[in-house]
Amino acid sequence: MTNGRYSRQILFREIGAEGQRRLADSRVLVVGAGALGSAHAETLARAGVGFLRVVDRDFVEFSNLQRQTLYSESDALERLPKAVAAKNRLAAINSDIATEAVVADINHTNVESLLADVDLAVDGTDNFQIRYLLNDAAVKLGKPWVYGAAVSSYGTTMTVIPGETPCLRCIFEEIPAAGSAPTCDTAGVIQAIIASVSAVQTTESMKLLIGKTDALHGSLMQIDIWRNDWRKIRLGGPNEDCECCAKRKFEFLEARDREIFTALCGRDAVQIRPPNADSIDLPALAERLRPLGEVKSNAYLVRFAADGYEITVFADARAIIKGTDDPSIARGVYSRFIGS
Amino acid sequence: MKITVNGEPRELTGEVSLFELLGRLDLPTERIAIELNREVVRRKDWPNINVSDTDRIEIVHFVDGG
Repeated sequence: MTNGRYSRQILFREIGAEGQRRLADSRVLVVGAGALGSAHAETLARAGVGFLRVVDRDFVEFSNLQRQTLYSESDALERLPKAVAAKNRLAAINSDIATEAVVADINHTNVESLLADVDLAVDGTDNFQIRYLLNDAAVKLGKPWVYGAAVSSYGTTMTVIPGETPCLRCIFEEIPAAGSAPTCDTAGVIQAIIASVSAVQTTESMKLLIGKTDALHGSLMQIDIWRNDWRKIRLGGPNEDCECCAKRKFEFLEARDREIFTALCGRDAVQIRPPNADSIDLPALAERLRPLGEVKSNAYLVRFAADGYEITVFADARAIIKGTDDPSIARGVYSRFIGS
Repeated sequence: MKITVNGEPRELTGEVSLFELLGRLDLPTERIAIELNREVVRRKDWPNINVSDTDRIEIVHFVDGG
């Protein structure tokens, strides 16, 4: 902090030198490194948040570049995992801070450990399932989290402080059915709504980190950047009947069966997590696949094209099968080329 | 009666619950939260609360994606 990097932020009275010190001592989990996650991570890194853990399961593609502002064409050409590309970019932006890249699917087996040693989580995921999982974990561990989502030109955000504010399930008791809401892949999205929702989420995060909770917006906020509409619902206190924060039933953490398939909605792709493996030897896999089709690999993944499918295998043995949205077909492709 | 929904004036006739109001306005009943006169109304109460003259209602959508 000797080079004046944060001078303008310190001049902002609500933060000041003390707030800046608290940011430097803070640890944040960025859940997802797509459009929102990119914006969150960049803002918080530039602001000098001392530690950022960025978790994402996907790799960079050209269709991401219009709105996922941490990434460049070279990341897409190299097919870098988003978490890795994000960490590289964040390190170039601010070498004062520490960053950790976690290339993984967030699920009930790892969400608590990812959250346990941070001050708060900021939501940059793209699906309800992970948001309910994150809500369960945050309430269980007593960590604040900042929900935010955006599609088309509109988005919604809400800040959850367990025990003080409503949690996600106080307001939206049941998880919406899969495929019931428009997604970025069906309704599109413009970068400006990402920037707007992220601006609110990251500002809320900074207020929480420096203890300026009086300045939190205390609402469910909806923004439509195209229709120039900015509305808030006042939330009040937690719902005394809430299954999650009142009754402390964490059903999303208690998933009995390990979910194997995740259809990546609208992307004509399915993610497969093999039930019996947590890692795979990528160089050996690349060697084995080479006679069967086109293989490209980097330190984090192996990409293989055959029979009209594109299979990307990560070191944690997950694969994203592109070319089908049918889980049983994807499972067959996985078994045939990677193993069962 | 005259009410305001999302900042826009609306005219309604007859007795209408919050739940029925959604149908009249052609709004979905899932993935939304409703505020009536600056108080959130729990989903289970939507059918039991009738809209009154001069009510101010805000409806916010639960958004996926990101």
